[in-house]
Amino acid sequence: MKQRQEFHVDSARYLDEQGRPLDDLPAQANDVERILSAYRNTVLARTFDAKAIALQRTGKCGTYPSVLGHEVIGTAIGQSLAPSDVFVPYYRDQAAHILRGVALCDMLLYWGGDERGSAWQNCPQDLPIAVPIATQCCHAVGVASAMKIRGEDRAVVCCVGDGGTSKGDFLESINLAGAWHLPVVFVVINNQWAISTPRNLQSGAETLAQKAISAGLPGHIVDGNDYFASIEAMDTALERARGGKGATIIEAVTYRLGDHTTADDATRYRTAEALKKAWEADGIKRLQSYLHHSGLWAADKEQALQAECKAAVDSAVAEYLATEPEPHTAMVDYLFESLPASLQEQRERIVRKSATGADGSAL
Amino acid sequence: MSRADVREVTLVEAVNMALAWEMAQDESVIVLGEDVATNGGVFRATVGLRERFGYKRVMDTPLAENLIAGTAIGMATQGLKPVAEFQFMGFIYAGMEQIISHAARMRNRTRGRLHCQIVYRAPFGGGIHAPEHHSESTEALFAHIPGLRVVVPSSPQRAYGLLLAAIRNPDPVLFLEPKRIYRAVTQSVVNNGESLPLDTCYTLREGDDVTLVTWGACVMETLQAADTLAQQGVLAEVIDVATVSPLDRETLLCSVAKTGRAVIVHEACRNGGVGAEIAASIAEGAFLDLQAPVVRVTGYDTIMPYYRNEQAYLPQVQDIVEAVEQVIAL
Ligand SMILES: Cc1ncc(C[n+]2csc(CCOP(=O)(O)OP(=O)(O)O)c2C)c(N)n1
Repeated sequence: MKQRQEFHVDSARYLDEQGRPLDDLPAQANDVERILSAYRNTVLARTFDAKAIALQRTGKCGTYPSVLGHEVIGTAIGQSLAPSDVFVPYYRDQAAHILRGVALCDMLLYWGGDERGSAWQNCPQDLPIAVPIATQCCHAVGVASAMKIRGEDRAVVCCVGDGGTSKGDFLESINLAGAWHLPVVFVVINNQWAISTPRNLQSGAETLAQKAISAGLPGHIVDGNDYFASIEAMDTALERARGGKGATIIEAVTYRLGDHTTADDATRYRTAEALKKAWEADGIKRLQSYLHHSGLWAADKEQALQAECKAAVDSAVAEYLATEPEPHTAMVDYLFESLPASLQEQRERIVRKSATGADGSAL
Repeated sequence: MSRADVREVTLVEAVNMALAWEMAQDESVIVLGEDVATNGGVFRATVGLRERFGYKRVMDTPLAENLIAGTAIGMATQGLKPVAEFQFMGFIYAGMEQIISHAARMRNRTRGRLHCQIVYRAPFGGGIHAPEHHSESTEALFAHIPGLRVVVPSSPQRAYGLLLAAIRNPDPVLFLEPKRIYRAVTQSVVNNGESLPLDTCYTLREGDDVTLVTWGACVMETLQAADTLAQQGVLAEVIDVATVSPLDRETLLCSVAKTGRAVIVHEACRNGGVGAEIAASIAEGAFLDLQAPVVRVTGYDTIMPYYRNEQAYLPQVQDIVEAVEQVIAL
């Protein structure tokens, strides 16, 4: 029988778990400022995360999905995106949001139950967080289609979890991205778990990146805890997209070190040894060790950075806690551009109830 | 335009005319869906648009309704004004998550930062001998969704004006085209780009004795019933709801205040239908004006039968006449 076509999925990793280069590093390793800024962002994201969980535990924030373990790939995504590109996130992309200019306070507002947390000023085109799994993939190809129709050299990055790759939305979107040759990069954050469902129950495919093949796209695997592998893949894929060469799928292999959300208890389905092993591959520690080996980092710098991140987070928390709730009328005011007559009466009822405190608000 | 461009058109041709008008005026308007470009859509609603506006603005998508609904959302957040076609409303359900969870919520979710100026078009309703899944009227599923408009034209003129309004509306609109009357009548439509207001009912015929409330294809039978009733000396006011959600209660209540009686006609199932909402609104807002209970003439709470039995399911003129006789007798 004649072989019709052959496929391959490559995989990239540059640092071992101690942060030592396994190979020649990519060109991105020459940009020391960018690497230091990446490290700072990973630490800030982790500091923010711990605080958000603490706020939830003390009843000051709603259910919250931790980014613990994803900080490196998220940072690479945030750094590789240009301001004019569009980011289409899922709900665990805190590290990328920070680099897109989303205020820490906005992130708290969002998870704290205030819609203004998605009214992002600094990245007005980025899509808000999508909670239904993988639906955002369809939005990403829509955004990319608009760019293509207008002949722009911008691109889109869309994040989705390993669980999300099982959904039609993902498969339909990568299919369209291939058929229409769209400027979009799908990043599959393979953190091994979809709540309690492990990666091997999610799909019988050897890799998630190979789903790209059916869509006619290149699919690559990177160690998502390896900054150099991650940033190289992101820079390359985005350059390709902006240059009109089409879409890419990147499977970023990482590990969700925390519970799925603050409402979950991962000890029910995950062993302590597996978690311990995953911590040994932590990307932040690895990047920090690399910086130490390269003479770019020292204990005092680390101390200063920790203090700086803590201060930034504390100030965001103070701002968040001091933010007055929106007037209750906001729930109708943003539904349509202008208020339909049928909602006028309901709006008046909201105003009346607010004025008397009958809606449960303290007067 | 120096000379008035008046055309005798069917409802589906009026849809095409409105699309062509708006695409010519506003290059951010684009059309997407299955078979809409080369083939001009299964009902030919988009015929000729690809030739005129090119493949970049008239796009054949893969066969994936969820994707069509969601891609339109992404496009809309970039300032395009997509008009997305579903071949039949019976296949829209795969796209419901996108419409409900994203299109209808984007403005509210982002506190006005992003919005979805999208028209989702779908032919709906029975009466054309179509296969299973092609004939249901499930507008009530969508009328329940905050942030989404549900608009149903009932004539070529209304289709032209309301579709233009829907495309220009900055929020998502589900535009349901009653395919039973796609080609039932022709009407003179002035092709001048004038839209008709949304969120308002249209009074098609005035009368003092009873208010007949309906929308879509049932407007035909309802007007015929009004003619029959007039011969019996009963003057019916006929209201075309047109925007099923949000509902123009004001016009309905004013009419009932005048007539004291109401019969609601729709071909969708009765249970949880839009008629129930209208009846409840009349009970709340015009109870003391009523001289008889509000009566509904609707499809049955059954699966829409295959075409040999579809006439048995659809409300007939006689059903409406009898319902009116019943409320008048009280
Ligand atoms: C359509 C849909 N089904 C179910 C859920 C409930 N849910 C929330 S997160 C999640 C797991 C997602 O796993 P994955 O895509 O791997 O992302 P991760 O949370 O691991 O980052 C599920 C099932 C949902 N949000 N959306």
